[in-house]
Amino acid sequence: MTGVVIVGGGPAAHRLAARLVGYGHPGGVTVVGAEPRPAYHRALLGSVLDGTLDAGRLALPALPAEVRQLTGVRVTAVDRARRTVRTGDGRALPYDVLVLATGARPRVPPVPGLETGPGRLAEGVRAVRTAADCRPLSEGPVVVLGGGIRGVETAWALSGTGQEVALVHPAGHLMERHLDAAGAAVPAAWLAGRGVTLHLGRRAAEYTPGKVVLDDGQVLAAGTVLLCTGTVAETALARASGLDVREGVVVDALLRTGDPRVHAIGDCAEHAGAVGTTVLQAWEQAEALALTLTGRQRPYAPGRRVLRPRTPGKDMVVLPPAGPARPDNTDGTDDIDGTVSLLDRAGGRHARLVLRDGRLHEGAVIGSPSAVAAVSRLYARDEPVPADLLALLTGADGAYAGDGTLPDEAVVCHCNNVTGKALKDAWHRGAHDEAALARATRATTGCGGCASVVRRLCTTLADDGDDTPAEGATP
Amino acid sequence: MSGEGRPGRQRESTTHCPYCALQCSTVLSGERGGVAVRPSADFPVNRGGLCQKGWTAPSVLAVPDRLLTPLVRGADGVLAPAGWDEALDLVAGRLRELRARHGADAVAVFGGGGLTNEKAYALGKFARVALGTSQIDYNGRFCMSSAAAATTAAFGLDRGLPFPVTDLDGADVILLAGANPAETMPPLLRHLEDADLVVVDPRRTRTAERAALHLSPAPGTDLALALGLLHLAVTEGLVDKEYVDARTTGFDAAWETCAAWWPERVEEVTGVPADDLRTAVRLLGGARRAYVLTGRGAEQHSKGSDTVAAFVNLALALGLPGREGSGFGTLTGQGNGQGGREMGQKADQLPGYRSLADPADRAHVAAVWGVDARALPGPGRSAYELLDALGGDGGPRALMVFGSNPVVSAPRAAHVTERLKALDLLVVADFVPSETAALADVVLPVAQWAEEEGTLTSLEGRVLRRRAHLTPPPGVRTDLEVLHALAVRLGQDAGRFPVRPREVFDELRRASAGARADYSGVSYARLDAGEALYWPCPAGGDGAAHPGTPRLFLDRFAHPDGRARFASVDHRPSAREPDETFPLYGTTGRVLAQYQSGAQTRRVPELVEAAPETVVEMHPDTARRFGLADGQTAEVGSVHGATLARVRLTRTVRPDTVFVPFHFPGAGRANLFTGDALDPRSRMPEFKVSAVRVTPAGERP
Repeated sequence: MTGVVIVGGGPAAHRLAARLVGYGHPGGVTVVGAEPRPAYHRALLGSVLDGTLDAGRLALPALPAEVRQLTGVRVTAVDRARRTVRTGDGRALPYDVLVLATGARPRVPPVPGLETGPGRLAEGVRAVRTAADCRPLSEGPVVVLGGGIRGVETAWALSGTGQEVALVHPAGHLMERHLDAAGAAVPAAWLAGRGVTLHLGRRAAEYTPGKVVLDDGQVLAAGTVLLCTGTVAETALARASGLDVREGVVVDALLRTGDPRVHAIGDCAEHAGAVGTTVLQAWEQAEALALTLTGRQRPYAPGRRVLRPRTPGKDMVVLPPAGPARPDNTDGTDDIDGTVSLLDRAGGRHARLVLRDGRLHEGAVIGSPSAVAAVSRLYARDEPVPADLLALLTGADGAYAGDGTLPDEAVVCHCNNVTGKALKDAWHRGAHDEAALARATRATTGCGGCASVVRRLCTTLADDGDDTPAEGATP
Repeated sequence: MSGEGRPGRQRESTTHCPYCALQCSTVLSGERGGVAVRPSADFPVNRGGLCQKGWTAPSVLAVPDRLLTPLVRGADGVLAPAGWDEALDLVAGRLRELRARHGADAVAVFGGGGLTNEKAYALGKFARVALGTSQIDYNGRFCMSSAAAATTAAFGLDRGLPFPVTDLDGADVILLAGANPAETMPPLLRHLEDADLVVVDPRRTRTAERAALHLSPAPGTDLALALGLLHLAVTEGLVDKEYVDARTTGFDAAWETCAAWWPERVEEVTGVPADDLRTAVRLLGGARRAYVLTGRGAEQHSKGSDTVAAFVNLALALGLPGREGSGFGTLTGQGNGQGGREMGQKADQLPGYRSLADPADRAHVAAVWGVDARALPGPGRSAYELLDALGGDGGPRALMVFGSNPVVSAPRAAHVTERLKALDLLVVADFVPSETAALADVVLPVAQWAEEEGTLTSLEGRVLRRRAHLTPPPGVRTDLEVLHALAVRLGQDAGRFPVRPREVFDELRRASAGARADYSGVSYARLDAGEALYWPCPAGGDGAAHPGTPRLFLDRFAHPDGRARFASVDHRPSAREPDETFPLYGTTGRVLAQYQSGAQTRRVPELVEAAPETVVEMHPDTARRFGLADGQTAEVGSVHGATLARVRLTRTVRPDTVFVPFHFPGAGRANLFTGDALDPRSRMPEFKVSAVRVTPAGERP
């Protein structure tokens, strides 16, 4: 058996290779990656940009020795008839199963001057896609093109280091695919608060080294231009070998292309009409495919995945629509239960949740760390929302606070199960200070945590001047 | 102060509480039927504190159903009183017979973490020498094994707290992972008053209510949380690089796995806000004196040892272990949970934390025991695996239980009960008719805490004297006397199994000499003179007494190169995650007024009043979702079985989780729904996570 050849050196390829070995795949496993270094965490590039992580710390764990790993090697052709891939350095690698994990490349907007030729970025222009993109920036301000999730993350990371940043985005508000204008105002305020200049509703019209000209004629100084304008699935190899490609390489539930020996996972794959994955989804695909290829057929069922931009210190989550709206038979409307919104502009908080069957269907929560966490889990696990939605959205936790009064039946000393009534009774029998109450009831003798409550009780009862015996006082 | 009376004064004995590993010092006075207890004011661990269990411990000395005579199950199936000789002859005869027919491993022994050092030591020796069986383990496997596995790997040595409890007094920040000392060992809180607590617990426990920050992860996700904290320690620039370089190895490999656990991903898996994770790391990393402590909540998982390892990694990255005023520790649970795991009742260990797999260790102990090292059996089955094998093909046919009540405390309890019933012979030594004793063929009545001499080793590794205030009631023998009598009947020299605790202790000093847990320099005389001795405490070679070791690792860790090891560990799901049929997490644990299987505390009226029965704590939303009301009886069911429990509504538990304390018997045993998944390294069962459903009792779908 000649085994599995995986084209691509990113996290999806890495996870698949590791799992194939882990699950005892009997044939060889070869990973062919075009990047000069083994797989690393793209999700952490922002941490390199903001200076909190050394670029040397990005590497994924080394693959098991059983995996043959080729780095800096580009696959140039797939010969499906001969079941062989050809590489730029002249190798021919035979396969039984081929997995395309070629990822995606940055989308370069059609702005004159950004490219010096097809796929060749001009001086001072780079994407935020690879470890190499995180090399030190040129002198001068940074212009971020694109105000989607990646653009917001990038502007946030750089502005945190004191870097001067301008962000240019053609839509009227940030992250317009995921947020409404009211919601987007919150991250816009975060960025503005760090000194990022936002140019919303504006396009870059021209780039020349050192400056970006906008479509309204404004000129922005630009030491570096960072492209955060989306990605395009890397499908050239699949297309050239005659596989079905739409936006991505089309695969079925077993992550197979039309050729049963060829699979595709990660950013290059198009599954159920969706292309582009988070790394967590790519890992889920790798996991499912590793099981399938080792004889435990596992259809890939995409989990409900939140979009959780990485803006350390500020929190937001987007819940993509969980499946299409289902029309109701009687009146043609869908079966949405309703929408719950919260807008606290002054507090920098926004939330909008659409419910279906008492569960989260879609929405976004911004600016409330505990609500972001709670909503993410409810959505991902498709669990019923709590009865008190406002508490959920504000992240409030009603149960901590007490009103300060001490009901008689309330246990004051949990260590010794002593109630307020027992303490009051003991006080009325003459135990008028902490030590005497401790002797009489054992309160305060465990962890000692109730000592202040017991002392306060002594003061209150003494102030009341009430030293009538508790028992028999009333008929 | 010893147990001797003083003329003109009421006779008093200074000893320690019979329950948890904090081992609060107490003074007993009065005679049988009227024993009174008070906390010692001058013992640094409890400083005059005592919880309700400790205050009411004398009641256990006077329980009405105290076992006072051996019981033997007759042909009619009923346990009936018998004489000691009759009972012991019967046991020895049956053991000989089973051994002859099925081999030495047909006889198994199950010990306990509440046994004194002397008893634990004698029990291990009895199993390996008198019975010749490899089949011995103990209930401490259900307590400390994950922490022991992880800290041994990290530091080269496992002592729960490698520093005195009083060191915690000066802490600025303490992270408690899966520990609820406000309920499990309340007087410990006296040492945590000045610190900011970061409490990791799915429930908002009384400890969590006192916390500066409470992180509430979904059950079974503590490992992801710990990995996330290490990730943040790196990105927040809080790693103590100098310490990591000088005193550890393995950081880079550990980082490679936790690199994948960025805070937003950890939030998704655990439900803990990324912002809180960052705050927690900043609190810990910014403190001058910080501690990371784990408890059963982090440890009782099928990934418990990896979870502890991940918290150790965090502590190492911050430079805490092996420095005075900071550190990593684990809060041992049972009274002698520390000593109990060092004295050779564990399936793979010999006294002194020696290894049954190490030829030099075997030779040393064999020489002390006067036997051929080759005759010592090898490592045996772990606790759950042992219980699971009882009465089955190739499994033990007889079991002797000392200081444990597995019918209540073992996971998958209905199955374990069936296995116990399948035995040819079950012998239980106890002082009350526990649920396990009720199944026994022979019950042997033994002495209890205030009736016996001995030593225990507390959670801080300090060796403490337990002193007899009363003589055992007529008809009752000590465990050492029982082991002696059986050993003689099994053909052992009478001198090989001494009955005086002091003699046994002197022998275990020799057996542990030169070992990791070295007790050879500890003596009853030194302890009775009031010395605070922490192991290792080797015998002074030049005549000078070794002072013991209150703080370990200050100069070097216990690996040959002196360095601590980071562990490369990754998160994984629990053995069984909630699904459509069993949609909730079921987690088990403890309440203040009960202790372990409840065999003792359920016999104390004040404690029963405080915590009378099994409850299932659930969020009001959860109750509404499943049609339950406060006070109603619910069935908490998993794929393994179901528990009946009274619903208690509370907002201290997550809506996706229900909590059931495990101290209660019969149909209310929480362990009826726990499963048989084990940690691959420590063999710890997964007590803390089951997938369950809750239904009104009698309305199972």
